[in-house]
Amino acid sequence: MYVAVKGGEAAIANAHRLLADRRRGDRSVPALRLDQIVEQLGLAVDRAMGEGSLYDRELAALAIVQARGDLIEAIFLVRAYRTTLPRFGYSRPVDTGAMLIERRISATFKDLPGGQMLGPTFDYTHRLLDPSIVEAQTDAPALREGATEAAPRVTDLLGQQDLMEPDGDAEEGHVVGDLTREPLEFPLGRDLRLQALARADEGFLLALGYSTQRGYGRTHPFVGEIRIGEVEVEFDVPELGFHVSLGRIRVTECQMVNQFKGSAKVPPQFTRGYGLVFGQAERKAMSMSLCDRALRAREFGEDIVAPAQDEEFVIAHADNVQATGFVEHLKLPHYVDFQAELDLIRRMRAEHEAQSREAAE
Amino acid sequence: MNAVASYNFAYLDEQTKRMIRRAILKAVAIPGYQVPFSSREMPMPYGWGTGGVQVTASIIGRNDVLKVIDQGADDTTNAVSIRAFFAKVAQVQTTTRTTEASIIQTRHRIPERKLEAGQILVYQVPIPEPLRFLEPRETETRKMHALEEYGLMHVKLYEDIARHGRIATTYAYPVKVEGRYVMDPSPTPKFDNPKMHRSEALQLFGAGREHRIYAVPPHTEVVSLDFEDHPFTIQHFDAPCALCGAEGVYLDEVILDDKGGHMYVCSDTDHCEERREAGHVGRQEAAE
Amino acid sequence: MSGEPLLRVENLTRYYGARLGCADVNFELWPGEVLAIVGESGSGKTTLLNTLSAALEPSAGKTLYRMRSGEWRNIYELSEAERRFLTRTDWGFVHQNPADGLRMTVSAGANVGERLMAVGDRNYGRIRATALDWLDRVEIAADRIDDQPRAFSGGMRQRLQIARNLVTGPRLVFMDEPTGGLDVSVQARLLDLLRQLVGELGLAAIVVTHDLAVARLLSHRMMVMKGGYVIEAGLTDRVLDDPREPYTQLLVSSILQV
Repeated sequence: MYVAVKGGEAAIANAHRLLADRRRGDRSVPALRLDQIVEQLGLAVDRAMGEGSLYDRELAALAIVQARGDLIEAIFLVRAYRTTLPRFGYSRPVDTGAMLIERRISATFKDLPGGQMLGPTFDYTHRLLDPSIVEAQTDAPALREGATEAAPRVTDLLGQQDLMEPDGDAEEGHVVGDLTREPLEFPLGRDLRLQALARADEGFLLALGYSTQRGYGRTHPFVGEIRIGEVEVEFDVPELGFHVSLGRIRVTECQMVNQFKGSAKVPPQFTRGYGLVFGQAERKAMSMSLCDRALRAREFGEDIVAPAQDEEFVIAHADNVQATGFVEHLKLPHYVDFQAELDLIRRMRAEHEAQSREAAE
Repeated sequence: MNAVASYNFAYLDEQTKRMIRRAILKAVAIPGYQVPFSSREMPMPYGWGTGGVQVTASIIGRNDVLKVIDQGADDTTNAVSIRAFFAKVAQVQTTTRTTEASIIQTRHRIPERKLEAGQILVYQVPIPEPLRFLEPRETETRKMHALEEYGLMHVKLYEDIARHGRIATTYAYPVKVEGRYVMDPSPTPKFDNPKMHRSEALQLFGAGREHRIYAVPPHTEVVSLDFEDHPFTIQHFDAPCALCGAEGVYLDEVILDDKGGHMYVCSDTDHCEERREAGHVGRQEAAE
Repeated sequence: MSGEPLLRVENLTRYYGARLGCADVNFELWPGEVLAIVGESGSGKTTLLNTLSAALEPSAGKTLYRMRSGEWRNIYELSEAERRFLTRTDWGFVHQNPADGLRMTVSAGANVGERLMAVGDRNYGRIRATALDWLDRVEIAADRIDDQPRAFSGGMRQRLQIARNLVTGPRLVFMDEPTGGLDVSVQARLLDLLRQLVGELGLAAIVVTHDLAVARLLSHRMMVMKGGYVIEAGLTDRVLDDPREPYTQLLVSSILQV
């Protein structure tokens, strides 16, 4: 005899317990500590912060452990937590020109004020798996004393010679949008678009950026500059009448120098693509800057022919928390609608058979 | 690291609830019109009911009684999960009885029992835009709604009839609300569309991932789109519920074995239970 | 039909930044009259057509249209809703590339019926019958009604586009190189069809073409454009048989006479 299925609650409780068990794994193996994740899986932490849109290393580390290493699940946890936090206001724009630089490279000039500093990069490593890193003692890096040379931004240097389009000013009285506070409406202003890109899935932007390089909306990019380091976050306190520093955060900034544009009135200038992310996330910052420039196609009167240039397409599908939610929601029961489809298809087949029988007679 | 934040009543902060209520008021003032709202990141995934949850969280009070169903059943995992969520963050009374509920959050079904004045039905909506699969661009669909340009919707219905001899939409069947806006009723089977028409209850629709809220106030005209000569019809089941004998209700097909054995039972579990408690018996029970 | 013109164009001008598209265009169009705008590429004829049909905003000038109510309106001052309604009912626009004026993934019948459905027709049988009637008028076989234009030849697509435009009985149709891209025998057939329909339905039309033979066959009057200006205008036969401007003479003499 058929008995209606019950016990959803018990099933869920058991599923949670099993999950907790798998998360912990073999009990004889030491449990992870959050400081280990923060210190030794720093780039995962950076990604969880960047796409989670919340700068807090320990919290991101906790999210990664709770998510069993699934970064999108971790990002989801960070975002959900972010929603609950009280909002005091908006900081002043960070000044990346005043960054305490750890890494700074430019592909457009061999040498420049401030020099080329490789920093802690994978770039020139040979990708050979090395078991010794697990056991070996790592020596402290060498320190160099002395004042650091000023490192003006490459885009500013080009700008001084009028070779680079200006950064762009917002219209008089424009209030910077906040996509976590207001629904997006297309077409977007550049501020909201950049916000969306900063939170976007790294893989998605990487693929789109790659597509522009392969001809799907070519933008002739050069890396004007990538800089990674710490910047000060400053906040205007109305009661005090001056701004205070809230601390420092690490960011990655990428300025792409793109195809120049000119018109009858304005002599040609290079155009920009911009990327800025929390932590050390070069791939993301570079992809973001490629996509930023591609999405400015409309501004420059370029034909929109490629997916990377289609703002609605890119921005509507860039958020991996939204994307995974909807993709994975297909696992939820849909049997009522499926029943409706079954009913229709069975009736149509019955009609079809009846017709074939009639035709045969 | 200190303990994670404590939560406001029903999880959302008051500011957010106010914002959502304003959106709801606008939606009620313009029946069927999709009001954009700033959807918050919720502790459950987008696509799993965050819109419905945000609407419910914004309207629920300590004295409310909440029922949550998915596919018409109280005991499906996602309904259980959402009910548990509200029990935890709002400590409201929950129920499986439609008659006892003041708020019913639902995914894909409308309860069989006629709803009464004072009840609120909150629908979970995945894709709020009825024109979405005909016109993917939001900029264009917005204009079509504003200018009441719904020709494309009928083109789709025309194509169905030309190709299949009938309108082939079986769920999320588009409706015209108060003679003005074309609306997606959420993926309820078209069987449920007539229940929306001049309901005594307030119907609210939340699409979290797509950032839209819309509403059908009580006693509002809701008409399913069709052609004069191909009028809207609902699904008919050949046999009544095998457990309680109910007719004229939506049934779930249950597969019993791998030899094609199957039976049909009420999708609305509360309705079925109520009938069985009242002594109604279906063929399965009668056979034993 | 009243004794008034249908369209009055006054000093119509359109610049693209500093570059001239078309300038100082003046003319009147009467009901049932076909006007050809002729010129080489770069003459400004397409800019003029797009400005006349309100696809572009002019830099200066007016286009006054006599609505069905009899009221004269400057089409650039219509609200977007009014303009879109006008484009769907009283006007037609036949694109050079039929794919631009059709829904390629929707059946021929639906393409023709869409305008009817857009203005509220809710009877499937009647819509389908109207579609069949129009397909017949544009010489498309009835059994193609459920096929998509993707499966049609270029000439068929163009004829379908014409049917789609004419189903609501517009009074004014804009045509942009309607026979462009079709091979010669197909062109001839299409021109014949257009001439017949325009005559039967009393349509006013503005046809942009670089092909003088099209102008000769379809239009009552023509305007010759060069460098954005109308350099000669008049009855088609007169302009083609007795061109006054040197440029017109050059144009006329450099093609085979039809």
